[in-house]
Amino acid sequence: MPVSSTGAACIEVERVKENAPKVLDASRLASLIEALRRRGYEVIGPTVRDGAIVFDHIESAEELPAGWTDEQAPGHYRLKRRQDQAVFGYAVGPQSWKKYLHPADVRLWSAERQKGTFRILNNETRPKRPLAFLGVRACDLAAIAVQDRVLTGDRYRDPVYSSWRDGAFLVAVQCTQAAETCFCASMGTGPRAQQGFDLALTELVDNSGHRFLLQAGSDRGVELLAELETLPATEETLRQEEAAVETAARQQVRSIDTTGIKDLLYENFEHPRWDHVAARCLTCANCTMVCPTCFCTTVEDISDVTGDHAERWRRWDSCFTMSFSYIHGGSVRATAKARYRQWMTHKLASWIDQFGSSGCVGCGRCITWCPVGIDITEEARAIRETGSHGNT
Amino acid sequence: METLERFIAEHPFFAGLESYYTGLLVGCASNVRFEKGTSIFKEGGDANEFYLIRAGKVALELIEPHRRPIVISTLSEGEILGWSWLLPPYQWKFNAHALEETRAIALDGKCLRTKCEQNHDLGYELLKRVAQIMERRLEATSLQLLDVYAAR
Amino acid sequence: MAALATILEKTDPMLPQPYVVRQVGKETPDTFGLTLEPEDGASGTAFRPGQFSMLWVFGVGELPISISGDPSDSGRLVYTVRSVGKATNALVSREVGDGIGVRGPYGTGWPVEEARGRDVIIVAGGIGLAPLRPVIYEVLNNRKDYGRLVLLYGARSPRDVLYRKELAAWARHRETQVLTTVDYGGLSWKGHVGVVTTLFKYARLQPARSVAMLCGPEIMMRFVTRELEVHGLSRDNIYVSMERNMKCAVGFCGHCQYGPHFICKDGPVFPYERIRPLLEKYEL
Repeated sequence: MPVSSTGAACIEVERVKENAPKVLDASRLASLIEALRRRGYEVIGPTVRDGAIVFDHIESAEELPAGWTDEQAPGHYRLKRRQDQAVFGYAVGPQSWKKYLHPADVRLWSAERQKGTFRILNNETRPKRPLAFLGVRACDLAAIAVQDRVLTGDRYRDPVYSSWRDGAFLVAVQCTQAAETCFCASMGTGPRAQQGFDLALTELVDNSGHRFLLQAGSDRGVELLAELETLPATEETLRQEEAAVETAARQQVRSIDTTGIKDLLYENFEHPRWDHVAARCLTCANCTMVCPTCFCTTVEDISDVTGDHAERWRRWDSCFTMSFSYIHGGSVRATAKARYRQWMTHKLASWIDQFGSSGCVGCGRCITWCPVGIDITEEARAIRETGSHGNT
Repeated sequence: METLERFIAEHPFFAGLESYYTGLLVGCASNVRFEKGTSIFKEGGDANEFYLIRAGKVALELIEPHRRPIVISTLSEGEILGWSWLLPPYQWKFNAHALEETRAIALDGKCLRTKCEQNHDLGYELLKRVAQIMERRLEATSLQLLDVYAAR
Repeated sequence: MAALATILEKTDPMLPQPYVVRQVGKETPDTFGLTLEPEDGASGTAFRPGQFSMLWVFGVGELPISISGDPSDSGRLVYTVRSVGKATNALVSREVGDGIGVRGPYGTGWPVEEARGRDVIIVAGGIGLAPLRPVIYEVLNNRKDYGRLVLLYGARSPRDVLYRKELAAWARHRETQVLTTVDYGGLSWKGHVGVVTTLFKYARLQPARSVAMLCGPEIMMRFVTRELEVHGLSRDNIYVSMERNMKCAVGFCGHCQYGPHFICKDGPVFPYERIRPLLEKYEL
């Protein structure tokens, strides 16, 4: 035992050395994308389209949103030009990585009629190439961890999610600025990505130039990082990076006090605030579509005109629709009040009972993309301030 | 007389009633028996009896023109039948008929009312018990009205 | 259980297995019995009383349906389906030899193991008798392992009473009391008239040594649990089966959430104590 433990310690030291943070000049960002592509990954990253920063297939670094930032507020999102050429100088767009890991439309299988009965044909949802996500924010990384627990953490594994998730390479990007709608700091999910990534990157644009601080988070990350032309990070760079990420935390103007929030919401099922929010809520389901953890789906069976070919599709669904809770006799949650309450109570309270963590990662998308600007942090605060608390 | 008093005392409706009161009640009581299929009372008739069912099964029915009678409730051993004797105008609201051979103690309504007026403690005991049964039947009726098994 | 879980994890839980209709017959004017066997003649599927399957009709859709057959007869799956919509209509319109896709069985079962050596009180309303029939089979197949069996069953009207012949046959077993009531009676109906709670007067219960299992409309179950408590049954000896919209049956689709619970994987059978606070919540 003593011998082998010494050996392990040596390897550990070696690892730490290998895993020391490195600096990559901004002009060499393309080499990261190329290294990923060389390894067989299809690179998905941020790009500007339709007035928003969205995720898409990335061929080269030129497609990234250099010089763009986003301005966000309740019910408000605008792209604006930055003073610098920062590539990741925005917070979060309308899309999250669930677009790829938990796609909005998936054909689960197809079937053919055969002599009164049927034959199920193999589904084709499996990826041809593993995906590499470039630019995963701490909140979105936390959201992926949440969906991991929901879709693969229990008795059954969702085969669609697993097939995309299992081989995915995650390149996190540390936030150095927050949008007005961000509240990850209060949810304990950011702004710094602590784990769950293969590689984490912090973009620094200052007097010392435009560069990235790179930190590996896995063996795959260590290997990839070794392939890049980098310099060791100086103490000063590390300090600058630390300060930049702290800025993103400090800038956050929104927060949710999560202390005892599960019981708080359970106990305030009849709070008048639900009527207040229901009077504004359009039950449009936008919040659930942009939420990076919302996982609900429905299935749709379709058949062709001959009736000999049938398919089952799985599509994103929302607890804001009437049909969502339909059982023989009617919808269980027929009112907007009941549906908003279900969404928020699930997100912030029952999720904890179900999956051991909050379902909210503080990305703020539901606030930005709500057409009437309903703010989950404000709703939670209103209930805390005027609701009943335990036996007090 | 002794057996009648014992029947009254043992009937669940009068459970816990002091023997002094059962003694008072026995003066109003008689043993009755209804053959299967016979009518016990008819809607609109004078409600002169209060029945403590000892054995058998009774159907309470409502008649609607052009429709077969609807049975709204069945009553069996240990239950009571009829409380119209208690409240003016002392007329039956339903039909009752024996689904099986039924044995019961019939307490004369007028006799009971007189005794209750003379002895309010007895009246209170009786009303408490009737009120409880009314409450139970009201609850059952609400549930029935909901028609919970219906296809919607 | 562990072995079963491993097998399920390996297979795609969303893929229906091909089964064939062996029997289909009318139980009541709107309710049908459906017997399925695996198409490949394989040994079939073991299930625990209270579990359900997802039944898929080609080109129409898929539905959660409780298994209502005998758990000791694993060669086939028996269902009791009430035809109330497009998919249930399609299901009961199948003919012998037609294919049906089956996923499952899913969900928790009734506590038949825990109930051994004790009295079993079953209270069912309407189609709610279907998921409880496997419990009745289980008790009667292993009669000496259980105490008294008391079945209280409420239906809408005499023509809606399920399993009429079986009810009569069950009543002939020793230590078994079967009471049936209808909400609306006719002259030809010789049984009880009144809601199911009114049957408690006639039930011979030994509350201290009983386990109660309930299935029916939620309102009915609420009234029945109150009645059971009045009769001295402790809440932790009462079990209820719940229903919610369901698409996947494996906890992924989110539809069947009931407070913190997923009806599909945490239920459909729940200890009453666990969901009691939720039962009275409107639009939960």
